Order: sequence, then structure tokens, then C-alpha cells
Amino acid sequence: MSEHTPDEVLSSLPSDDPPALARLRDRLAEASDLADVLDVAYRTLDTPVGRLLVASTGDGLVRVAYAREGHDAVLQALADRISPRVLRAPRRLDPVARQLEEYFTGRRTSFDLALDYRLASGFRRDVLQHLREIAYGHTGSYAQVAVAAGRPRAVRAVGSACARNPLPVVVPCHRVIRSDGALGEYVGGPDAKRTLLVLEGAA
Amino acid sequence: MSELVGSRGCAGRLLGQGFGGQTSQPTAVERLSKVKPFDDVVAEHGGTVLRVCRAALGQSDADDVWTETFVSAMRAYPGLPDDANVEAWLVTIAHHKIIDFHRAARRRPVPVDVLPEPAAEPAPEPGEHDALYEALRQLPDKQRHAVAYHHLGGLSHREVAHVLGGTEAAARRASADGIKALRRTYQQERAHR
Repeated sequence: MSEHTPDEVLSSLPSDDPPALARLRDRLAEASDLADVLDVAYRTLDTPVGRLLVASTGDGLVRVAYAREGHDAVLQALADRISPRVLRAPRRLDPVARQLEEYFTGRRTSFDLALDYRLASGFRRDVLQHLREIAYGHTGSYAQVAVAAGRPRAVRAVGSACARNPLPVVVPCHRVIRSDGALGEYVGGPDAKRTLLVLEGAA
Repeated sequence: MSELVGSRGCAGRLLGQGFGGQTSQPTAVERLSKVKPFDDVVAEHGGTVLRVCRAALGQSDADDVWTETFVSAMRAYPGLPDDANVEAWLVTIAHHKIIDFHRAARRRPVPVDVLPEPAAEPAPEPGEHDALYEALRQLPDKQRHAVAYHHLGGLSHREVAHVLGGTEAAARRASADGIKALRRTYQQERAHR
């Protein structure tokens, strides 16, 4: 498409109106949800482990992403793998935001949220479901999780399932540490893992 | 809400009329890797669509039509070919919503014997652009739409002709006549103030 400069007579029209657009984008988030065309709603939250992106589908929370994962890349991946009908829609994530805030201020020890596990399949999904059995304030080893998931020799696969956990913090892969007591890898980086374990009184 | 351009099929038909870019069909794999989150589309084109709606309808009615335009666009978005001219596609949807709005406005009963409610808030200060919105309002529909879609929406005269019907030459003429009329009414009025 060729670029068109508005004719000079039109130049007094406001070329951009950021407050109006911000208001309209909020309206669109509500209207598209009512019209059932909003497939992935997201928002960001500032937390002690940096800015988190949270996204949900009609089935539940589908993604929690650390800043180091690149939020633009995460949104593009959601568009590719779930649906391109992705909008910033903070209100639909109000319960998620509230529970995370309670967690980070020490007032919540477990999450009561519908979870959509569609970004993990097969054994990875089994591992995530078993991670929820490690209680707040406790830790488990990769080997213990492998036993719990029914494949005691798949310790490396457990590590990889944790590294690719689409729902960190809420599905507590930070509670899985190495058998020698070292904290090990974490999708949010080692500092974030330590912060979460200290918060929970487990490190 | 009208489904004129809200469904995939109809969006495809519109695109087939000249907004679809080149004829090559992307493979499924290419498509999967290229469709941007709809949020990006709103960020990139929301301002243009708002200018078009305001020019066509005035500032107060533009918000509803802007929202309806993007809800419809969002419904059809997963089926949009990735070489489509997204802005032209959005302006086309906006045009259908604008037509719907005019139709509904004509059907709306006008209360005649009810006293106007006292305004809850003082009317906003008239801005520099209010006289221009008024001048736009006085244009014949075809000229106002041609000016809005070509000069503010960035559509070519050929694309405007697809949207409004008629020939490219007629679209060019409507746009030129509209601008001429705006210069006359708006600029003369400014000179006299």
C-alpha cells in the first residue's frame, strides 16, 4: 500500500489520540470476550521475581512467563500454538493477579485456579501434575518426581519438563532441586528460584 | 451485530476483490509461523481506524463503530491470508459498520415532545477540529466516505472503489470533490473567524 499523507485541509484532525485508544482497547477486551472471540487473554504483573506475563484461555490459566523468556516471543508462540486471537485483557485475569499477589506477600500457600495444560503433553504433562503434590515450603528431587510420575529412570526427562514448564510459580517446578541439595536450573533463572524458595521458607 | 464482513467466508470474498495481495497461497506451516497476535493489529491500526470512524461519523459515535469493527475483524482474523493488506481489510469492515450505523440511525425514532435532559457534564471545549468534523458531516455520503478511506484510511482509489462500488475514476473524483468542498466550507469559515 502506498503511503498517503492526509490532504492539508485535514491536517487539523488529531493524528493520534492515545487516551481514547487506551479506553477503546479496554472496551474491545470486554466486547470481544462477550462475543466469544477472545481466545487468549493476557496481562503483565510486577512481582519480586520481575515482570510476569500471565495468559488464560476459556479453560483456565495457560501460561506464566518470566521476562527473560521474552514476552513478545511468548505472545507470538501463544498465537501460533493456540490462536492468534490474543488481546491484553486485564480483567479476565483479575483472579490470577489477586492470587499471585497474595502468594508473593506470603498470604497464600496454594493456588485455587483452573489450569489449562495444553502447552505440555505426554510425560511432560504427567510431571507437571505431580509437581503440584510437593507442598509449599517443601522441596523434592528430580529423582523423586521421576518415581512419583511412574518412570524412575526418567530423571533427565523430569528436568526437561521442569525447564519447559508453561506455568512456573503456579505449578511449582521451583520446588524441585538436585539430590545433592544444589538448587539446579530454573526457567526464571537461579535468582528467581532462590527468591521463591526463601519466600516459602524452604531455603 | 451485522455479519456482513464478520465471517471468514465473507472476509475471503472481500480479499478476493483486491485486498489479498499476490495470488500465491501460503502453506499451513508458513501461516502458523506468521500470524501476529491480534493485539499487535490493534496497536498498529487502531489509530487509523479511529480517524476513519471519526471522519465518517463524528467524534461521539465513532467509539461504538470502532469497537464493532475490531470485534468483527477479530472473529475473521484466523482466516486472513498472511499477505493481506490488513489496513485496507480493517477499513472495509469499518465501512460496513458505518453503513449499518447510518441505517440504524434512520430507523431510530426521534423523540419530539420530551424535554432534553440537563447535561450531566459541560460539553467539551470546541477544538480546532470540530469545525472540520462539521464540514465533513455536510458532505454527501459518498464524498465523505471517499475522503475518509483514501486520505485517512490510506486506501488507494481502486480499493475505495471496491468498498463503495463504482469505478476507480468515480472514487478518485468523489475524493477530489470532497476535498474541494471541505476547503471551501472549512477554510473560508476559518478565514472569517
